[in-house]
Amino acid sequence: MTEFHDAPRYGLSQLDYLESEAIFIIREVAAENEHPAMLFSGGKDSIVMLHLAVKAFAPGPVPFPVVHIDTGHNFAEVLEFRDRRVAELGIRLVVGSVQEAIDSGRIREGVGGSRNRIQTPVLLHTAEVNGFTALMGGARRDEEKSRAKERVFSFRDEFGQWDPKDQRPELWSLFNARINQGESMRVFPISNWTELDVWQYIAREKIEVPSIYYAHVRNVFLRNSMLFAVDRHLQPRSDEPVFTAKVRYRTVGDATLTAAVESEADTPEKVVMEVAGSRVTERGATRGDDRVSEAAMEDRKKEGYF
Amino acid sequence: MDILRFATAGSVDDGKSTLIGRLLFDSKAVFTDQLESVERTSQLRGDLYTDLALLTDGLRAEREQGITIDVAYRYFATPRRKFIIADTPGHIQYTRNMVTGASTADLAVVLVDARKGLVEQSRRHATIVSLLRVPHIVLAINKMDLVDWSEEVFESIRTEFLEFATRLDFTDVTVIPLSALAGDNVVRRSSNMPWYEGASLLHHLENVYIASDRNLTDVRFPVQYVIRPQNGRGDYRAFAGQVVGGVLKPGDEVVVLPSGLPTRIRAIDTADGEVLEAYPPMSVTIRLDDELDVSRGDMICRQHNQPTVTQDIDAMVCWMDESELRAGQKYAIKHTTRTVRALINEVQYELDINSLHRSQSADSLGLNAIGRVRMRTTQPLLVDAYRRNRNTGGFIIIDEVTNRTVGAGVITDN
Ligand SMILES: Nc1nc2c(ncn2[C@@H]2O[C@H](COP(=O)(O)OP(=O)(O)O)[C@@H](O)[C@H]2O)c(=O)[nH]1
Repeated sequence: MTEFHDAPRYGLSQLDYLESEAIFIIREVAAENEHPAMLFSGGKDSIVMLHLAVKAFAPGPVPFPVVHIDTGHNFAEVLEFRDRRVAELGIRLVVGSVQEAIDSGRIREGVGGSRNRIQTPVLLHTAEVNGFTALMGGARRDEEKSRAKERVFSFRDEFGQWDPKDQRPELWSLFNARINQGESMRVFPISNWTELDVWQYIAREKIEVPSIYYAHVRNVFLRNSMLFAVDRHLQPRSDEPVFTAKVRYRTVGDATLTAAVESEADTPEKVVMEVAGSRVTERGATRGDDRVSEAAMEDRKKEGYF
Repeated sequence: MDILRFATAGSVDDGKSTLIGRLLFDSKAVFTDQLESVERTSQLRGDLYTDLALLTDGLRAEREQGITIDVAYRYFATPRRKFIIADTPGHIQYTRNMVTGASTADLAVVLVDARKGLVEQSRRHATIVSLLRVPHIVLAINKMDLVDWSEEVFESIRTEFLEFATRLDFTDVTVIPLSALAGDNVVRRSSNMPWYEGASLLHHLENVYIASDRNLTDVRFPVQYVIRPQNGRGDYRAFAGQVVGGVLKPGDEVVVLPSGLPTRIRAIDTADGEVLEAYPPMSVTIRLDDELDVSRGDMICRQHNQPTVTQDIDAMVCWMDESELRAGQKYAIKHTTRTVRALINEVQYELDINSLHRSQSADSLGLNAIGRVRMRTTQPLLVDAYRRNRNTGGFIIIDEVTNRTVGAGVITDN
């Protein structure tokens, strides 16, 4: 039997509150949208979101497939984790491959080989060919400024675009999930979670995440004062000496863009301690892509990025 | 640790962004990279000091125009509580955004500039907070440094506000003098105002008691989703949803509305096992003793404590769309987990939210207007007065062609 210890009687602790809210949102999507799907990358936020989906429908199965937009630049550990988790749950996995889209000539690789921006058309294409009318994502409002204003149920027009100036008002927990033909919804069940909430929840629920989230020894090099791992997709230049360091990842996006942080945290509890004491946001610490400009994320989101 | 959700409102330049920036900064919720980015922008603009307000203005248009136009959500935590701030814009043209932010708030902070005292907007903000029945309100009298920390100034604004508040419906009003810029009474008590004996704003936010704000008396469980796995657990059938009122226990005698059929709660399930009681806002799954036909939009409650089952709705409506609300129009209404169609019978009056005057001659409501509306739905709704329960008393209005959320309503006592 579950009991709630760290809150007054008939009050919920912050994690129970957030869990309950997220479960409500996920059930609402399944009840109101015809063909929903959940983005699942093998990153910690999407792992937590999928865990919540499993809880929302227990003892029944999760009533929608999961989707991964594979940039072709993923960490091997993360892909291995993704496939194992999906198999355990017996859920259908739909993969939208950026590599395939490049090979078929549908899209062209950007300068410098960054695949961040070109994920968007692949995501939109995957949603379209599969007929998904709602995509759930693990984005959190504390991640970045423009996310702070995004609705939980975020409307997208026929082109998958977000119009931040014309969002539907969202009151109480009365979510408006209605769309017309061709339009779609992005839904963010863990909008109100912070990085610390996510880690506290991972620790409490004993949720498994890919090993690279925990401190491990790796060959790295310095670029733009961030630590990058030597990877099959990312090699150091001749002026970038390689050394070994004990590191972990705070986010696991594109391996060519995601940096590691030095860390001794090799358990969820230690990560909680580390995150609680951190003075840098997870994106600021580890995402080369968001450093470009103040409005980088807002621009990508308008185009349909998650 | 629990969660407090609060909304902030104030007129442009009253110091709302500075106050939020300071709460985040002093509670160490601001990270060095965010601070660096704000410092950079501030320097480029030629500001004399780092503008903490930049921490909270999210969208580019807002940064360019220097105003807040949409609700933004912020997060910080102290060892006592986690806080979710709905940072709402103050301008009359954004009334709907303030209504949105207030709808989920446990507490509202209304800011005024000590030099200006109560202005039209302050009254409007207080009125909205009262209409949306935010259980706790804080009037934060800011910029006390610019009035020489004067107790008289504080007292006169406080008295004027309390007088205005008697015409509204507040259960808990707190008035705090502060300086957001200098930090006085924001996190720590200020030594500049020894005459003030109350708590600092943060101390108040950390300690205000909210567990009793939820209705624990009237059992209300709107069925959200029917769980009926096909995978070998053939006879499992249960009703998932979020408790929005009362305390449910296994063995309780209940009825399912609108059918009115009586049954008993067999068990309350969660993915972690059965629980012995469920209360707001827990998401649970309920199994019943009898095989009843129950679907999304139905409601489980107690035999002797039922919501009103009605097709005639009287409500205060805040209109949120460019196209006007008029008698004779049809809309979709989403109330709890039930969506029905409704015909607007009558706009009874429009409320002037500055003066509280009721204009009976109004026959329509324009963008940001608030008024009393009577409507009839095609199917019954299971409602309580909003003052009794914010979840079973509130609804949204959806345009069936554009699917936009065009209004929000709170059901009045009949
Ligand atoms: N002297 C003084 N100035 C303040 C105080 N709070 C805010 N300000 C200034 O008032 C102006 C408007 O503040 P801002 O936070 O942007 O207002 P907002 O429009 O309500 O978000 C800025 O120049 C602030 O520095 C205060 O307590 N004392």
